[in-house]
Amino acid sequence: MAKAELKTNQKTEIEDSSSLKGTLASVFLLGAFIVVTWVSVYYLFVERF
Amino acid sequence: MANSTAAKVKVDPRDAKLSMAHFFVAFSALALGGLMGLLQTLVRSGKWELPWGIDYYQILTVHGVLMGLVLTTFFIMGFQYAAVSRTTGGHSNAARRTGWIGFWIMLVGTLMAATMVLLKEASVLYTFYAPLKAHWIFYLGLTFVIVGSWIDGAAQIMTYAKWRKNNPGQPSPLLSFMAVINTVMWIIATLGVAATVLFQLLPWSLGLVDTVDVLVSRTLFWYFGHPLVYFWLLPAYMCWYAIIPKIIGGKIFSDSLARLSFILFLLFSIPVGFHHQLTEPGIDPAWKFLQVILTFMVIIPSLMTAFSLFATFERYGRSKGATGLFGWFKVLPWGDARFTVPFIGMASFIPAGAGGIINASNQMDQVIHNTIWVTGHFHLTAATSVVLTFFGISYWLVPHLTGRKLTKAMNKLGIIQAWVWFIGMVFMSGAMHFEGLLGGPRRSAFSTYGGAKQAAEWIPYQIAQAVGGTILFIGIILVIIIFINLAFFAPKGEEEFPVAVAENLEEKAPMVFENWKLWLGIAAALILFAYTIPFIDIIQNAPPGSKGFQTWSKW
Amino acid sequence: MHMHKFEKIWLTFGISALVVFLTVVGVSAFYLGNKPPSCLTTINVDKVDQTKPFDKPGLHKVEGKDWDYELVYVAQAFSYNPLKVEVPVGAKVKVIATTKDVVHGFEVAGTNINMMLEPGYVSEYTTTFDKTGEYLIVCNEYCGAGHHLMSSMIEVVK
Repeated sequence: MAKAELKTNQKTEIEDSSSLKGTLASVFLLGAFIVVTWVSVYYLFVERF
Repeated sequence: MANSTAAKVKVDPRDAKLSMAHFFVAFSALALGGLMGLLQTLVRSGKWELPWGIDYYQILTVHGVLMGLVLTTFFIMGFQYAAVSRTTGGHSNAARRTGWIGFWIMLVGTLMAATMVLLKEASVLYTFYAPLKAHWIFYLGLTFVIVGSWIDGAAQIMTYAKWRKNNPGQPSPLLSFMAVINTVMWIIATLGVAATVLFQLLPWSLGLVDTVDVLVSRTLFWYFGHPLVYFWLLPAYMCWYAIIPKIIGGKIFSDSLARLSFILFLLFSIPVGFHHQLTEPGIDPAWKFLQVILTFMVIIPSLMTAFSLFATFERYGRSKGATGLFGWFKVLPWGDARFTVPFIGMASFIPAGAGGIINASNQMDQVIHNTIWVTGHFHLTAATSVVLTFFGISYWLVPHLTGRKLTKAMNKLGIIQAWVWFIGMVFMSGAMHFEGLLGGPRRSAFSTYGGAKQAAEWIPYQIAQAVGGTILFIGIILVIIIFINLAFFAPKGEEEFPVAVAENLEEKAPMVFENWKLWLGIAAALILFAYTIPFIDIIQNAPPGSKGFQTWSKW
Repeated sequence: MHMHKFEKIWLTFGISALVVFLTVVGVSAFYLGNKPPSCLTTINVDKVDQTKPFDKPGLHKVEGKDWDYELVYVAQAFSYNPLKVEVPVGAKVKVIATTKDVVHGFEVAGTNINMMLEPGYVSEYTTTFDKTGEYLIVCNEYCGAGHHLMSSMIEVVK
């Protein structure tokens, strides 16, 4: 009986109401934006005389 | 004795009156300043000329002063005064009197400076760089605005101090703590601009001295000029941290980390002015780079804020049953202008902040310094992130203070206004960023630069800026309609002043955060570290000073 | 005061990125010669026309220096002297400029040559003009009524 309960309550990825995965993904998207824009302007600086 | 310093859910009507006085000035400045902005974009499109002898640089001065100094300072003081009243239980009569005195002095100063600009005696832009020499009444007016703001801010400090005395060992209410941090930062920052105006520009414009040390004046101005933008930003952060969670029905992710971020702003917003002077002669590049490092430190509290805000939204969304990586995004209250309008401001801070990091990156500044990219940048940071948040605040604060309600119609109009604003800004600020990368200069009336090929490439972007500017002006009209409605015509009722509560009520913020001696001591040490030696060098190696010039057009 | 594990991860990444940015620009500035224009030479603003090298604006070939040419500009409200100059492509040029009155900008559009000209100070920037073309110099700091009419031209030729 215990085993059957365990099966239905577990998924391969446990996602509960306190997960901050979306937050982590969001800030890393923001981080990527910062890096890409910075590198682009740095490239301009290096290319120009 | 009853605890008279407990939060009251309604701001005392006597405090409400002072806050509303500030907002009337702020929104008047927005209306007139916004019209100036529209005219500027039309002139720069090359398709229109100013009538009646009005000069481009005159209206540019009006635009910058009204938007960057009057709208901001008056709104912020009005908002913070109300927030302190709400969360401490109300200002004392002495604090209120102090606030009124400050307000009137600021207003008189504003009118003095504005009159000089209208008379073409001060077409010096809001940075009034020497050796451009305006009429002395302009500088005296600015002095009144600054000193008035100190007195106005003192009201908030007095009430905070009284709350602390009556509640020993308790962390102060979050909104009050944040307001006082911002006011203290403002006072420390304005010492610099007060010094150059009082000790250099006023005596010089009065003819008491013949020359002025230009680099000293600029350095004192930019010591002020960078924390100025954080003075604008922090009230928006106050809304995002301590009000928005209540509006959406969630909680503050971390009260302590919110306070910590504000302390980091107090410490690192000020000793960084050289990043506005990176291409100037007379300043050692080693000290420039040191202040660049300190500038990068001030990015950190914003990185913390981004995390906190996303976390607040995700926690709320998941509590409502949302699943998946971004499911929480969909269940946010998009139909509520009090949330949506500031949220658009928050989202805009992503490109805004990214641009700022580029600007501050030492020699990379040479790619964009004084190009219209910079104008694009601050129209994202100040004119979108901060200003949209201020609009969103006023949609509940103005009816709260005037005893009216935010109606469904005004709520809907508020959301429409924010999208109009956003679209206008995408056109205008977007075009400014790209024109700037192509070398288009800022602060410039329309010109073909003698038919140069590079200059011809700039003009299509200026047309796009005129399109954006026109859309933005429609946005100005909409927000003024909403403001007037909520101030005078909306139905009477009770509109909530939302104050958020922390997720974790057991975790009390460390009392060390309210140790002002410590934080002011560190702030002073950082300023002295960043500025003493280079400032002494600037003074000791100074060339002969400059006489005044009035190179702008007169009536 | 508790910080969520994910926030620690984010801040570690964020601060590391900032450190990388600072290191890249710092090394480029102090070891590869790319410091922003920071000349410390002062001058008497009322005697610019009589003070070397501003007594002879324009392009001058030099010997025995790390650069091949000096390109000297005198700015005033509302013009640059010289108005037009030809620079041979590949030349390493030290641009030297000052102002006779108010603060002006000196921006060569499409290049990294972008410096403030302040009364009483000399501004310098050394670079190799490695691409042919027409480069417009504009004043990018407000200096008065004719601010947007103030420009000059550099033609980089083979």
